[in-house]
Amino acid sequence: MIPSLALISLMMLLLGAWLFRHTWGARPWEVQATGQLPSRQAPPEATPARVGLGVILAMVTSLFALTVSAYLMRLGMAGETPSLRLPGVLWANTLLLMTASVAWQCAWGAARCGQPGRLRRSLAWAGGLSLTFLAGQGLAWWQLTAGGITLQASPVGAYFYLLTLLHALHLLGGLVAWWRAWRRLGRGGDIASGVELAALYWHFLLLVWGVLFMLLLMT
Amino acid sequence: MGEPSREALLDEEMELVHPRTFLGKYIWSQDAKVIAIQYALTATAIGLVALVLSILIRLQLGFPGTFSLIDPSSYLQYVTMHGMIMVVYLLTAFLLGAFGNYLIPLMIGARDMAFPFLNMLSYWFYLASVLILVAGFFVPGGPTGGGWTLYPPQVISAGTPGAEGGIVLMLVSLIVFIAGFTMGGLNYVVTVLQARTRGMTLMRLPLTVWGIFMATVLALLAFPALLVAVLMLLSDLLLGSSFFMPAMLNLGEPSSHEGGSPLLYQHLFWFFGHPEVYIVALPAFGIVSDILACHARKNIFGYRMMVWALILIGVLSFVVWAHHMFVSGMSPYFGFLFATTTLIIAVPTAIKVYNWVLTLWRGNIRLTVPMLFAIGFLFTFVNGGLSGLFLGNVTVDVPLSDTYFVVGHFHMVMAVAPVLVIFAGLYHWYPKVTGRMFHQGLAKWHFWLTFLGTYVVYFPMHFMGFAGVPRRYYAYGESSFIPDSVITLNMVITLAALVVAAAQLLFLINMAWSLRRGERADPNPWGATTLEWQTPHTPPRHGNFGERLPVVYRWAYDYSVPGAPRDFLPQNQPPQAQGEEAPR
Repeated sequence: MIPSLALISLMMLLLGAWLFRHTWGARPWEVQATGQLPSRQAPPEATPARVGLGVILAMVTSLFALTVSAYLMRLGMAGETPSLRLPGVLWANTLLLMTASVAWQCAWGAARCGQPGRLRRSLAWAGGLSLTFLAGQGLAWWQLTAGGITLQASPVGAYFYLLTLLHALHLLGGLVAWWRAWRRLGRGGDIASGVELAALYWHFLLLVWGVLFMLLLMT
Repeated sequence: MGEPSREALLDEEMELVHPRTFLGKYIWSQDAKVIAIQYALTATAIGLVALVLSILIRLQLGFPGTFSLIDPSSYLQYVTMHGMIMVVYLLTAFLLGAFGNYLIPLMIGARDMAFPFLNMLSYWFYLASVLILVAGFFVPGGPTGGGWTLYPPQVISAGTPGAEGGIVLMLVSLIVFIAGFTMGGLNYVVTVLQARTRGMTLMRLPLTVWGIFMATVLALLAFPALLVAVLMLLSDLLLGSSFFMPAMLNLGEPSSHEGGSPLLYQHLFWFFGHPEVYIVALPAFGIVSDILACHARKNIFGYRMMVWALILIGVLSFVVWAHHMFVSGMSPYFGFLFATTTLIIAVPTAIKVYNWVLTLWRGNIRLTVPMLFAIGFLFTFVNGGLSGLFLGNVTVDVPLSDTYFVVGHFHMVMAVAPVLVIFAGLYHWYPKVTGRMFHQGLAKWHFWLTFLGTYVVYFPMHFMGFAGVPRRYYAYGESSFIPDSVITLNMVITLAALVVAAAQLLFLINMAWSLRRGERADPNPWGATTLEWQTPHTPPRHGNFGERLPVVYRWAYDYSVPGAPRDFLPQNQPPQAQGEEAPR
């Protein structure tokens, strides 16, 4: 449980430090006249949607950290020696996800600068590459299963399916946001803030995949 | 997801959906107050199911073999469902879903939650999870009977009650609950951080909001542990994987599983399970702080310390989980570590208890119904907390593990204490929610029967635990180590439990009767300072504060201020208005 503890402690410490900064030295029992009231209590860039995304990412971090912890604990236990040969297609998938992240970044830039053509192209690439990534993950599953590493046969291999499934489900959730942005673009709505959040979400999922992939490679 | 800007949240023109039809207003409502009432009613309904189950459990224990309806399998099913419903579907949903939704926007001076649509979805997911859970009673084999902790391999092995279908419904229900809670929790956190009205700094938040906020942070980080554990358990059950299932003989047959670790489940479950105690406790701490201050007409003692104790308890609650596993064969060093962290968490908790007592000290105490329940909580929480110190020590825990001492302890600290706060909160805010006063006499009967009755129920259990009486047994038969006094005690406990259960009917009757027949309530009958009591309408309308949002000039605890015309100063009262000296 050490990785989970470390990450959750880090998140709690960050929250604690932020709260500390905003509460330390306050004298709550004092009244303030109208002119002394602070006009705003959060920096302007901390929009509700951004803060909401931060909360979701903290929760997802906890979810993956706990699953990784379970995996590491299982590895540390006596029993089956793990011998998981990862399919080569995972390297290609990693590249796909990286490119998808770049496409999202481009879409974000285009949305900020008001370039609808570039935005549409980038969004199309981002969605297409992400879908291809999911298909690639499916291929990796099929190759592993064909090689005899099934969910039932290998307790350690089962973690591969669990981790990749959780990651894929999160990506699918992100694709819902992508679909909404795509449809809104077609109707000519403003999607800059949605694209920004989706881009950040994709970068986060790339980071998670990087950690998972490295972990699977090393073990 | 709707994406309001922060300005829109604070602005007078936050876009609110104002439905005109009955369905839109009361069923598919996006108003946090209606959602809160929906949460409260659903949680009460499922809580009543759990109450009936507890009576069935007690009837069997008090008068074994008398009721043919209760056989060993159904007994285990009642115990399991009672535990899970009470902890997750009643306490968590009521304290966060009902109180959180009603109080956060009103207390911080917001028009509604940050994401009202998600908020509505959160309730419908909760309702779905409750229905799926209840469906377990109607499938072949009935609901699961593997204990509320759902430990594998027991819970999914053939032979355990409900292993055919009930367990699947329980696991699916938990997944739906967590999904729903995530939507609600996201709202609570973002609303507290983003939608506070002008002047409502973090250090002016009422402690109720602090408690709900910290509990939500804990829940958002801890529920994923339960989610992962449930997904893996479901996979072991339905897909034949072996995350938790070891190779074993079950009913003489070798199982198809191999290589899983049941201990791993315990780690994941309790990594959620222990913060869950505080997910329930922190909102209760907050609510009780505000009620004590209001009804003692005194500012809360050590407000800043109270806030920091909440934060510290939240952080520490993540490093104590393995004290639930002292008998799982862990290394003694590991046990020592967790015993130490467990004792450390008692420090901020004790700070809170001292501060509550010091708030009452020389206060102008009014023994109103909410105050009675709040003081009842203080006693019960201290009693339950002290027995927790016994169980937090490995050497004492090992012989007491799985005895009635544990049942007595956690019911005191985790069941009766927060339920007393729920009642305190309901009676305190009932006039605001309904615009009517409840019947004082009935409410006092409800308090005394519940408070004294629960002591008759749970206090003797500690002694039974010392005598070595094990928990979860259907019947003790001719066991020589169980003295006759335990049999008598069990009968007394059952009779007391029946009285306590009947007393809850008084509460329900009171709530229903007062809704129509109760006296019309003053907008601020308790003379409270917080913003929910300063709304232009009682009950508050959609949008909460009329045309203009309130501006906050002071904290929530200006009671009995010397020189002030009244013994309380609402948070939105400007300093000049009552001749106060302007601040330096």
